[in-house]
Amino acid sequence: MPRSRQSRIGRQPSQLRIKLIPPLTVMVGSMITALPVITDYPILPPMGLLAILAWRLIRPGYWAVWAGFPLGLIDDIFSGQPLGSAAFLWSVIFLLLETLDRKAVRRDYWQDWLIASTAIIIVLIGGMLIVDVRSNMLRLDLLLPQILLSVLLYPFVARLIGAIDNWRVAS
Amino acid sequence: MAPPNNRRPGFSKRAQYSIFASYLLGILGAVLGLLLLLISFIDPRGFSALRTIGAETMAPISKSLSEIGGATGSAGDEISAYFNAASKNAAMRRELEQNRIEILEARALKQENERLKRLLKLDEEVADSIAMARLISSTASSARRIATLGVGSNSGLEPGQPVRSPEGLVGRILETGPTTARVLLVSDGQNVTPVQRASDSLPAFATGRGDGTVDIQPINIGSNPFKGGDLMITSGSGGLYSPGIPVAVVIRKTETGAIGRVLANPAKVSHAIVQPIFQAETVRQIEKDSANDVELESGE
Repeated sequence: MPRSRQSRIGRQPSQLRIKLIPPLTVMVGSMITALPVITDYPILPPMGLLAILAWRLIRPGYWAVWAGFPLGLIDDIFSGQPLGSAAFLWSVIFLLLETLDRKAVRRDYWQDWLIASTAIIIVLIGGMLIVDVRSNMLRLDLLLPQILLSVLLYPFVARLIGAIDNWRVAS
Repeated sequence: MAPPNNRRPGFSKRAQYSIFASYLLGILGAVLGLLLLLISFIDPRGFSALRTIGAETMAPISKSLSEIGGATGSAGDEISAYFNAASKNAAMRRELEQNRIEILEARALKQENERLKRLLKLDEEVADSIAMARLISSTASSARRIATLGVGSNSGLEPGQPVRSPEGLVGRILETGPTTARVLLVSDGQNVTPVQRASDSLPAFATGRGDGTVDIQPINIGSNPFKGGDLMITSGSGGLYSPGIPVAVVIRKTETGAIGRVLANPAKVSHAIVQPIFQAETVRQIEKDSANDVELESGE
């Protein structure tokens, strides 16, 4: 049909899709705790965090500086951390990334991974510190498998988010 | 991988202000997050409604998923086994020790049983169980150890009720929604269980360590009478848990107490049994007292 072929040129994807897909994927990532995985210690990578980091690093222009707060709050509802924990930590990460973006001269893949890994480590250790304010049992060795798993998983999440991003802006 | 878009504001005052404002909003978000944290420290149950809504919305997914795959339940286990491959040797040795211990345990239990039977006559009848359900999910990505149970206040569940499995104590109900309940597991860092040694009812406290073990501290500080293989059971003090539920087995001594492995591994518990609060009257009194204490403290 010539008509539809013609209309594909210069067609804009729906604004709803462009605007809503990134936060939605982050929320779905946060809901990973709904999986029936019951463990004795933290092992599941924080998929919400991985997704938001991937989005933030792939599309720096899309995110407002404050976006970490609402999405972190939603993550808190599902993660079992005290409410406000991810909201605070993700906000801090966003502030750091924003500052970094202004300072950085060039950016490559390895740098992205390094930045994401640092952010993951900050958030996971910060999350444990927040929990430990009340229970006084700092055991960072417990986090090691989770940090390793998350850091190794990040490139795959970034690939996935990249694919979603391509679809998001494709007409 | 996208190049950083160079958003240097140059000399435009307007651009500078808008960047300043965006930073301000970001900082505001962080401050708000801190405030929320503070509120949740002061009142840990303050936001339970929000979390309950979260748990309730995810419950259908969790429930159906846990129905489908018995295999998924052990996924965490398999992953952790991978990580623990190096320490497998130690684990096996522990297991060997464990087997030897179990014989001793059985002997201790027999003794304990007789004593408990005598005790039971003194207590009013406690109904065996309120509900039986599956643990459908857990906070596997957080340092907290909280699991979600597939039944809620519709089945008569209330915060504080002990949750156990045939193997031992799993935890206690923290928050309830209509069809889900959140269970604070024994191994959570904020869960303190009054326990006693099965063989000689030596009283102690078991505090979770967040990794499937508990830190056991004797009430009589100074002596450290624990040895590997001691079976710790609930003592019934505090009135929350009925006495005699197995909690943990001592695996190693520390300077002031011992480390115990929780007997009921939540990953392997297929069905959890919710029991009524052992002595609801006592618990209410304790709560009232602690509320008074708080008032007194704030009054000073």
